[in-house]
Amino acid sequence: MAEGSDNTVLRFEDVSVVFDDVLALDKVSFVLERGESRVVLGTAGSGKTTLLKTAVGLIRPDSGRVELLGHDISKMEERELYELRSRVGILFQEVGLFDSLTVEENVAYPLRNQQARKAVDSDLREQVVEALRFVELEHTLDKFPSELSGGMRRRVGIARAVVTAPDVVLYDSPTAGLDPITAYTIMGLLIKERDIRNAATVMVTHRYQDGQLLANFRYNPQAGEIEPASRNGSRADLRTKFMVLQEGRLVFEGVQEELEASTDPYVSKFVRR
Amino acid sequence: MLDFLKPPIQTFQDFFLLAGRTLRTLPRRPHYRDDISLQMDMIGVGSVPIVLLVGFFSGAVMALQMSRALAQYGATGQVGQIVAITLVRELGPVLTSLLVAGRVGSGIASELGSMKVTEQIDAMRALGTDPVQKLVKPRLTATAFTLPLLTIIADFVGMVGGYLMAVPVLSLTTRAQYWNSAYRSLEYNDITQGLLKPFLFAIIIALVGCYYGLRTTGGTQGVGRATTQAVVVASIWIFVTNLMVTRIFVNL
Ligand SMILES: Nc1ncnc2c1ncn2[C@@H]1O[C@H](COP(=O)(O)OP(=O)(O)O)[C@@H](O)[C@H]1O
Ligand SMILES: [Mg+2]
Repeated sequence: MAEGSDNTVLRFEDVSVVFDDVLALDKVSFVLERGESRVVLGTAGSGKTTLLKTAVGLIRPDSGRVELLGHDISKMEERELYELRSRVGILFQEVGLFDSLTVEENVAYPLRNQQARKAVDSDLREQVVEALRFVELEHTLDKFPSELSGGMRRRVGIARAVVTAPDVVLYDSPTAGLDPITAYTIMGLLIKERDIRNAATVMVTHRYQDGQLLANFRYNPQAGEIEPASRNGSRADLRTKFMVLQEGRLVFEGVQEELEASTDPYVSKFVRR
Repeated sequence: MLDFLKPPIQTFQDFFLLAGRTLRTLPRRPHYRDDISLQMDMIGVGSVPIVLLVGFFSGAVMALQMSRALAQYGATGQVGQIVAITLVRELGPVLTSLLVAGRVGSGIASELGSMKVTEQIDAMRALGTDPVQKLVKPRLTATAFTLPLLTIIADFVGMVGGYLMAVPVLSLTTRAQYWNSAYRSLEYNDITQGLLKPFLFAIIIALVGCYYGLRTTGGTQGVGRATTQAVVVASIWIFVTNLMVTRIFVNL
């Protein structure tokens, strides 16, 4: 795993994805560095989900190149990809919890099934409980996903995504369809995960507030909650970049100030609230 | 100009791609034995009641239908033979498979379809398991193993149904003669085709169900569509394959 000598976690080079006659991604290029956060904004159908799935090879690009953790995955075989994916955590938009398995089994799933790790059962339980404690759901071990609320399911999804301590975490619309309070809780967890483990984070969303939180808040381990990071000298601020997708095209990439200064009508729509 | 041919050809190609991938996972570990036995229970044991019912009534109705024709030739003693041969060669395999296509094929398609639209399939791939290995293989193995067994049950119950109609109800022949003529009429050839058919149909049902399930798009509505398509397409292919296999065996 010494290939990633530079700090690049994820690199898209002119990536295009076509579904039937829809251009879901149109020549998208960007680079994500270690420890960096990225907020991807876009309306429904702008290609946000496609971007995340292409990043881990769940969708193959029709043209262009995707480099994940130093490996060109565009032409990798599915079986080779499993190893690499075990270093990435994903929260899917629909969460994708296995509804035939309990919460505990769901969170243990990556630990049991990723070939890279041969977890011993006793550690396994401990790791699962710890991941669930992280999202404050350690009391739901034996419940089935169908018995949980939408917000709780997302939190279990986050636990499952981060239980393997991945180098990169990808979140697909983590607050979609949630009430503002639950959405804030979820954002708090993302920020906590990012700041405790310093994992590179990509969050896709259609809500600018989420991006603002990710960019300007940090986790305070003493208080156990998130707080505004001071503007100067804080680690969060400039390490969060925004990207805006419009019908598969990357129409903006830059920091919050640049986003707020944009005069593009589509881009500025996300900022105005 | 031939653009209208593109979607069906694409579907056909994708289907055989899935079939090929499933074939390649057959010898490969892990085998997910728990999933296989769970599926056998759901597919096999779960289908027994309906198979009993349909087997019984089709045997009985066949004896009833044949009674007049046989009486014309004074051959009512042959009723056991007629019932046995039609059941073992045709009705047993085809009726059982159509029922299982409706019950199991739709179940597979809707289950995998809902997993697809709730991104459980993506999650599986992201978390280190191959959905073909974990989902398709156990369903294929379980169906291919249980459908021939279900067919044997249907054949036997059908013969009992035919017997009850022919002997106690219609008094066409004696009990001994019914079973004797049924037993003696069956050749290896009949048994082979009677078991080969459900085996092939099982592969069709499982793979078509998985195929339409795994390519579901468009939310819950898509799941409904996938389910219907799976049953219709599997049934059509059962009929087509049945004709082809029968054609081969008739020439043997
Ligand atoms: N599996 C698919 N088959 C066909 N079209 C798809 C598929 N997935 C996505 N699309 C299309 O690609 C475009 C981008 O979709 P998506 O990435 O899901 O958007 P977002 O997540 O931003 O809402 C949409 O037009 C969508 O209809
Ligand atoms: Mg989406």
